[in-house]
Amino acid sequence: MPPLVRTIGISKHYPSGGTIIHAVSNVSLSIEHGEFVAIHGRSGSGKSTLMNLLGLLERPDSGEYALKGREAARLSEDTRAAIRRKDIGFIFQLPALLPRATALENVELPLVYAGVPRAERRRTAKDALDHVGLADRSHHWPNQLSGGEQQRVVIARAMVNDPALILADEPTGSLDSSTSDEIMSLFEGLHRGGHTIIMVTHAAEVADRARRQITLHDGRIIEDAVASGKRSLLNAIPLASPP
Amino acid sequence: MLGIVIGVAAVVCMVSVGAGAQAEVSEKIRTLGANLLLVIPGARNSAGARLESGTQPTLTEEDAASIRRELVDAQVAAPLLSRSMPLVAANRNWVTLVAGINADYLVAREWQVANGRSFTGEEIASGAKVAIVGSVIIEELFDGRAGIGETFRIGNVPFTVIGVLDKKGLGAAGRSQDDVVFIPLSTAQSRVLGAVRGTTRQALDFISIKVSDAAAMPEMEREIEALLRQRHRIRGDAPSDFRIENPADVLIARGAAVRTLGILLIAVATVSLVVGGISIMNIMLVSVSERTREIGLRMAVGASRRDIRRQFLIEALILALIGGLMGAALGAAAAVAIAWKAGWPILISPWAVILACGFAGFVGISFGLYPAHRAARLDPIVALRFE
Repeated sequence: MPPLVRTIGISKHYPSGGTIIHAVSNVSLSIEHGEFVAIHGRSGSGKSTLMNLLGLLERPDSGEYALKGREAARLSEDTRAAIRRKDIGFIFQLPALLPRATALENVELPLVYAGVPRAERRRTAKDALDHVGLADRSHHWPNQLSGGEQQRVVIARAMVNDPALILADEPTGSLDSSTSDEIMSLFEGLHRGGHTIIMVTHAAEVADRARRQITLHDGRIIEDAVASGKRSLLNAIPLASPP
Repeated sequence: MLGIVIGVAAVVCMVSVGAGAQAEVSEKIRTLGANLLLVIPGARNSAGARLESGTQPTLTEEDAASIRRELVDAQVAAPLLSRSMPLVAANRNWVTLVAGINADYLVAREWQVANGRSFTGEEIASGAKVAIVGSVIIEELFDGRAGIGETFRIGNVPFTVIGVLDKKGLGAAGRSQDDVVFIPLSTAQSRVLGAVRGTTRQALDFISIKVSDAAAMPEMEREIEALLRQRHRIRGDAPSDFRIENPADVLIARGAAVRTLGILLIAVATVSLVVGGISIMNIMLVSVSERTREIGLRMAVGASRRDIRRQFLIEALILALIGGLMGAALGAAAAVAIAWKAGWPILISPWAVILACGFAGFVGISFGLYPAHRAARLDPIVALRFE
């Protein structure tokens, strides 16, 4: 079985003013089914761009990318949309919900685009909300939910179509520490349930909760370690720590 | 939005007024009797001045008989002699049109006797003092009683009612066609109308000819003209002493005038719909830019460009249809107001509403295309970063 995610030397750069920013340079990595990976780095390290590349929101300028063993670097926008709705669940920083849709309708959204019949998608979405402990909030509007509840709705939406890969971009970015902790426990639960999770974060304590940590600096991988619960490993790398 | 409302209102109003006029014209043509031609006596040349047509009593019953005898397409040729006369019954009196006819006239006008009977051949031949009256006469002289068998006087001559006609309603001139008394032509000529106004006893007001086939109408006009010129011994290029009219033409011409107004309203509607379309495009462009992040989220969870395009097209369509329905209500109200104020007949058909809302929907889709396209072309990354 090929790795779920495999990149060989992918790069992405943007023109900015007169110069070119190399957001992601020559990154090669491989992630297996069932892994829980944190991509860690300071802001501007290219971690969000890497996640967008892995999530098929963006096309790399060069390099190879295979998702589930299938070439995914040079697909049309519509083909990438089809893969996104089938194989990938996104968790964005808040606000990531449609403001004019209830919690349930938000969770249903990927199923709507996948063409799942109404009754079935309602049931599946309810199950997903139940899974994140929000069954009783189904018909609330996003602005009636707390930040933690909103983020749990986002997580329910990301897992509702049972994707091969869950991508989370700063999932705890705007949450207080105890709510962050709840969210991270939820991720750990998903991981134990067999989901593959790639999480992008700038917070070391959040990255610590993942099994594997990849550290980016200036668009390059400078560290790729399976955590053994020791923070010292990360602290030993001067480039990764804040100045 | 307002443009759509006004545009659709104009379409609904125009179609309602137009359909009402059309219905009125066809109704009048129907009550007139289908495929009818009138032969009217011509103007008299008196010391070089041409007098009003009909002043020269040149048509006779014999002319009518010969038209029917010699022209195969003439189903009936009914002579008519009429004049306004005072009627008296008991203590009531009423002035109305008294017309001498034979039974053919009712055939030509496709007019049924609702109650009682028509004239018999003998009554027509003998000049019997019997009358068939319109429903207005029943109201005015007999207070709505059945009327059959009752007597009344035309001038000084007593008549017995033998039949009451079906209601026909208003005629082309706006006068009630039911305000009429028919008596046998021979009676009219000999006892009631014949000797007045210095005409000869044989003179007629006009002859109504029912043509068997609409396609034969122009041909019939030529044939009647030729026949009567020959009978009246009019030579070469001398003018005819009669006129042939197709009364339906007059009604159709009136219908055309209403249609002209309709064209004006269509112009207003077109401009309004275009303005409405542009405002819908504006609303949608604002909506797309306000909801850029939403579009990014939708794309991230798997919406294809087509899904996004469809969503915004549907929204534009709904906007237009809401405007359309408001416009339809406004247009119907305007049409009712026109009917009430100007006394025009209107006909608000569901088709007009469907048609107008269809236009509105078309405008919504057309002007929604560009904003929807803009939304669908957004780069998901750029859209997601948008605050």
